[in-house]
Amino acid sequence: MTSYHPYTLFPLGDAALLISFGEEMDETIHQKLLLLYEQLKALKHAAITDLVPAYNSLAVHYDVVKLLQRNPHQTAFESMANAIQKLQPAEEILHRERPLIKVPVCYAPSFSPDMEGLMHFSGLSAEAIITLHSSVVYRVYLIGFLPGFAYMGTVDEKIAMPRHAQPRLHVPAGAVGIAGSQTGIYPMNSPGGWQLIGQTPLTLFDKDASAPVLFQPGDAVQFFSITEYEFANY
Amino acid sequence: MSLQIIKTGLLDTIQDGGRRGYAHLGIGEGGAMDRFSASLANALLGKDLGSPVMEFHFPAGQILFEKETIFCLTGADFTPALNGIALPLNHPVAVPAGTILTFYKMKWGARCYLSSLPLIHLIPWMNSYSTHLKAAAGGFGGRALQKGDRLFYAEEKALNVGSIQLLPWQANGIEQPVRQAVEYLVGSEWNWLKEASKQRFVESYFQVSAAADRMGYRLDGPSLETIESKRSLLSSGVSFGTVQLLPNGQLIVLMADHQTTGGYPRIAHVISAHLPLLAQKHAGEVWQFIASDQESAEQKWMAQQQYLHQLQTACTFKMQRFLDGHRS
Repeated sequence: MTSYHPYTLFPLGDAALLISFGEEMDETIHQKLLLLYEQLKALKHAAITDLVPAYNSLAVHYDVVKLLQRNPHQTAFESMANAIQKLQPAEEILHRERPLIKVPVCYAPSFSPDMEGLMHFSGLSAEAIITLHSSVVYRVYLIGFLPGFAYMGTVDEKIAMPRHAQPRLHVPAGAVGIAGSQTGIYPMNSPGGWQLIGQTPLTLFDKDASAPVLFQPGDAVQFFSITEYEFANY
Repeated sequence: MSLQIIKTGLLDTIQDGGRRGYAHLGIGEGGAMDRFSASLANALLGKDLGSPVMEFHFPAGQILFEKETIFCLTGADFTPALNGIALPLNHPVAVPAGTILTFYKMKWGARCYLSSLPLIHLIPWMNSYSTHLKAAAGGFGGRALQKGDRLFYAEEKALNVGSIQLLPWQANGIEQPVRQAVEYLVGSEWNWLKEASKQRFVESYFQVSAAADRMGYRLDGPSLETIESKRSLLSSGVSFGTVQLLPNGQLIVLMADHQTTGGYPRIAHVISAHLPLLAQKHAGEVWQFIASDQESAEQKWMAQQQYLHQLQTACTFKMQRFLDGHRS
């Protein structure tokens, strides 16, 4: 029997609240967080405007006027908190299969400006680093910073290099990077401080697509190595 | 064509009440910085409060109305004029084809709003007309308005405007506060602060630094410290109005184009009813933070929304009467 991990509720200003599952980054906690996220989505609550899952928290943005009109004798925060606390875990949502998204990455030197730095940091060869990076099935913990920027974990600690102290001014769309125990892909050209070790030919964000963002929170992702030739012809 | 931009402004964009439902994908709400003034411009024309408007910064662009138009300006006073004649804010006006709107001096405030009838034809992106500059999507081509841009009206509406004419109703605009105070609610990391820093937060004046834009305002003020130094926070949700503590002890207030998640401690949140006041501040302006509570904050917001809805209802009738009176 699953149960929601004990959580606390705290206002996030006057138009949102935060469901906090503690301070740790942990797959089991995140799984329960996602379960609550899916269940709140399924509720289609008229006053909920946004749900933002992260590592160990879930932000619920809501329409204060709608909540106060419905329940004028308590604060909107209390109304929303009560609605959330009434939810019971639903097994069928927990067992929904998430497909594995396979992401091709070219790790060649021309696409990996920080590979050498990572080799110094880890004491490993480029081949060993590539194997470690591409052998893990990552979980998308959250999408933030930019439209479609998926924060994925957990990177093998041997190659979990902290981000640059000074970010680069220009990181190209498709650049694959590492920042500590997280890995991610820049969905558009942007400044960025992550350690860049490859480039994917996939489009992570397409504003004209009906679903502009490739990833969803909770997705399972695995990288696989492709050659420069394959990259050019993808 | 119906409306032409004949001079490029510093940052003039199409905004509306915000983009909701996509924050989990990293696509934030955006929308008008001063939502009260944007809603007021719409209310005075009897339009839905969240309808798209033009948001002007100073120096603002110049507009040629190629077709007769009814419009209303709210928010900042950039001394607007029609064909050189001063135009009051918060007062709908009907103009004949060929009228030019110019902004001269920056008298008060930072963002001015224009709502119009007929409605401007725009294509929504992810359920909103707000411009998402980073994604280069939404609004008018996903970018700021520039000289030469032409906007079209979505409908044919004969207004029969012979000459520039103020309509017979107006409202009070956003208050220009005498007392420089902004109310806040404590954030989830408020207790990370040392007691002395909590005191400093409420007793000090904070100034908008030069690093202030639609994403956020960096503030200049006394350094604030946490009880445990170097304690870090995993990325977590934030809001428009969230006050974050940066590693250097300074603060940043997140504004309309804020990122959907952040990794800095959230020590406070500006109440929603005071965000419009904040949106009208320039670099160099100062204020004090004053504590509010959940109920007061919500009630203040509710009161603003009720006022705007009532005004909109009243103006819908007034506008209909005005338009009926102008049928040929």
